[in-house]
Amino acid sequence: MSMKRNSWKEYQKEIAEDHYYYARSCIRQNFFPGSEAAFLRILQENLSKDIFDDPRHTSCTGIGYHSDIVPLETIMTVVARQFSLMNAAGYENFASSCITSFGIYTEILETWNEFPETEERTRENLWKATKREFVKPKNLAHTSDIIFHFREEIARQAKYRLVNARTGEPLKGVEHIGCHYAKIFPKSGVGGAEFPYVLAGMIESWGGEVVDYPERRHCCGFGFRNYLVQANRGYSVANSQKKFESMAPYKPDFIVCNCPGCTMFLDKWQYTIAEMEGTTYGQDGIGIPVLTYEELAGLVLGYDPWDLGMQMHQVNVEPLLDKMGVRYDPEAKYLGKNGKFIGAPREAAVNCFSGERLYRIQR
Amino acid sequence: MIQWGYTINQPRAVNLDRNDLTAARRIIRQMPELQACIACGSCTATCTAGNLTQFNFRKVHTLVRRGEYEGAYEEMNKCMLCGKCRLVCPRGINTRGVVMLIKRELGEY
Amino acid sequence: MSKKVIIVGGGVAGMQAALSLKGQGIDSVIVEKSDRLGGKLCDWHKLFPTFTPASEVLGPLKEAVERAGVEVRTGAEAERIAPDSVLLKSGERLSADAVVVCSGFDLFDARIKEEYGYGIYDNVYTTADIERMMNEGAVALPGGHAPRRIAFLHCVGSRDEKVGQRHCSRVCCITGVKQAMEMKTLFPQCEVYNFYMDIRMFGPGYEELYRQAQEEYNIHFVRGRISEASPTFDGRLQIKAEDTLVGRPLKMSVDMLVLIIGMRAGESNGRFAQCPGVGCASNGFLAPADLFSGSVLSPVEGVFYAGTVTAPKNVGESMSEGAYAALRVAEYLGARS
Repeated sequence: MSMKRNSWKEYQKEIAEDHYYYARSCIRQNFFPGSEAAFLRILQENLSKDIFDDPRHTSCTGIGYHSDIVPLETIMTVVARQFSLMNAAGYENFASSCITSFGIYTEILETWNEFPETEERTRENLWKATKREFVKPKNLAHTSDIIFHFREEIARQAKYRLVNARTGEPLKGVEHIGCHYAKIFPKSGVGGAEFPYVLAGMIESWGGEVVDYPERRHCCGFGFRNYLVQANRGYSVANSQKKFESMAPYKPDFIVCNCPGCTMFLDKWQYTIAEMEGTTYGQDGIGIPVLTYEELAGLVLGYDPWDLGMQMHQVNVEPLLDKMGVRYDPEAKYLGKNGKFIGAPREAAVNCFSGERLYRIQR
Repeated sequence: MIQWGYTINQPRAVNLDRNDLTAARRIIRQMPELQACIACGSCTATCTAGNLTQFNFRKVHTLVRRGEYEGAYEEMNKCMLCGKCRLVCPRGINTRGVVMLIKRELGEY
Repeated sequence: MSKKVIIVGGGVAGMQAALSLKGQGIDSVIVEKSDRLGGKLCDWHKLFPTFTPASEVLGPLKEAVERAGVEVRTGAEAERIAPDSVLLKSGERLSADAVVVCSGFDLFDARIKEEYGYGIYDNVYTTADIERMMNEGAVALPGGHAPRRIAFLHCVGSRDEKVGQRHCSRVCCITGVKQAMEMKTLFPQCEVYNFYMDIRMFGPGYEELYRQAQEEYNIHFVRGRISEASPTFDGRLQIKAEDTLVGRPLKMSVDMLVLIIGMRAGESNGRFAQCPGVGCASNGFLAPADLFSGSVLSPVEGVFYAGTVTAPKNVGESMSEGAYAALRVAEYLGARS
């Protein structure tokens, strides 16, 4: 049974149909190295869209900003430069791969709107620093918005569905939305802040079932300055743990996120918790696979999981691949693009079944 | 062995699903007027102990009513039973009686 | 030669205004948009603070209106008002010597507070739902079983800038206390928690009822606003709040969450305010000439107000205003004849 949602259609944002300027994330290429490449491939090959992957754009400096080392004026100027690059390339639709960046762009545009003098100052700063000018984007979208926008087209081209290939039952997916997607401005997200539909819509269109669980809206605990300091990480892990404990009884088959930090944390903290406390939250005593929406779309479209970079996940994704009936070569998992062995991680508790570790529902 | 450099924080929320409310119910049954506390704070304002120590009568009995018993007995031991709080309470709660009741019921916590 | 007054709205204020006018020999027509007299009170079960059945107030009032031979036009919605006429939605224009606006309030639509999941989760109710269920004679969970734990949340759609409702709706605090007691009576084993920001017991007997709820009914009052409700694995709801008096977050699961919804300005106020001189206060309620001796006067001669069209009020206050408005109408008409 799908969840009742009354409001998502009221929170509709405009998402451009074509011609995007692509702004990458700083950290995704390390932790989920195939996702951004998959996004470009899906847009270009499957959807025949025009998207420009500009090597000249920089980090939005959001991590620095949220860690109190980059001042507001600086980040505004950096953002202005990205827009200027977009103008120079002949584009007006800005597509951000990162939720932090998306939040930064949304908030800065809103700040300029509310306080035009800050925009003027930014223009001066950009001119002084780079002799550049800029026009604000006509459309700003997060890349998950764009996949959401074309979810039905992806469903039409699907090779696999989010359905248990043996039983025909829909797979259960937990969707986790990055806080800065819609909690700052509910109108900036599909479905708003309380019942976001951007990932849920993908899961439903591709045959799966969305799990609504008590801590669905809780933050993963990333929080920049909090996890950056090693001694503070216990608080950060605790947030993810709270979510895992809350979702575990629903026996989700996978977690999908739209934020770089959340995807990383929900994946890696499962490893940490299993090693520290011996607890795992998935079925059969192992972890719950955590995917980016591009990886999920890629799997649905029949991309090879190792081309999607899924061998870099901390929690093994094979249980999900097997349920979906995805054909893959287990031997090729740790072979690079050139066919050479790239090294394999040591065995981790999160990927080993043990009856003792099975998570028990606490009452 | 991995050196993590941190441990996982424990939840801070008062969890009314996990807390054992048996003792709280017993206390309220014996002194139902305690539920009428409107947290005006006049007890703490006038409290001899509260002005010199961390003792906060209002906070302790509220926590006890939520099933948070730990340390309540020791806290109540700070009370001098002077009776000033009972004089000021606008809801007429027998505050000294509450101190004695909590000590009697929660000695083992 | 007899003067004619049009009363817009047939709730308690409108009916009382008609009766009081009649007492002074002035005929009036009640224009009521629904198909019955009584307004919101028709859907209410019992009234605070005495648990008097709403029908005991409404019944005699309706009978008196009937006995007095007041002309009542139901299914007639007013579109525009003026001192000398009322234009109905149907296009018909009724001429008048004076107009009394008693069009009341609207209940806050709890779906707007998305975080509480009203309309999404089956076990989230509003105070209006509870009254309806009590009128139907059955308060029960969707599965038919009795609730073991109920949470009431005060100030849903009141004192909340996020939904454009900055005002206090006044009567909801006591409604929450009343319903908490009713639930405790229906389900004695059930634990009832009221989450509040402030408890405002403004009327006679209200504070006493609040105290009775605490002391005799063992209802737990927690000072803190619930931040969100979400479903639990076993089909209940998890709620989060801060127990502000101990300074710690609090969470619990409940079988029922009752949203104590506030009063918002009637949607017709905007249309009525198009009459030159008539205006809304910042909260959307129609602004009377002044808040003291002119509380039932609009700034326009010939247009009068009574009841919750100008601010949240209880039943007694609304009826008193109906009577007072009738007095001022009579003075106005007398001075003109």
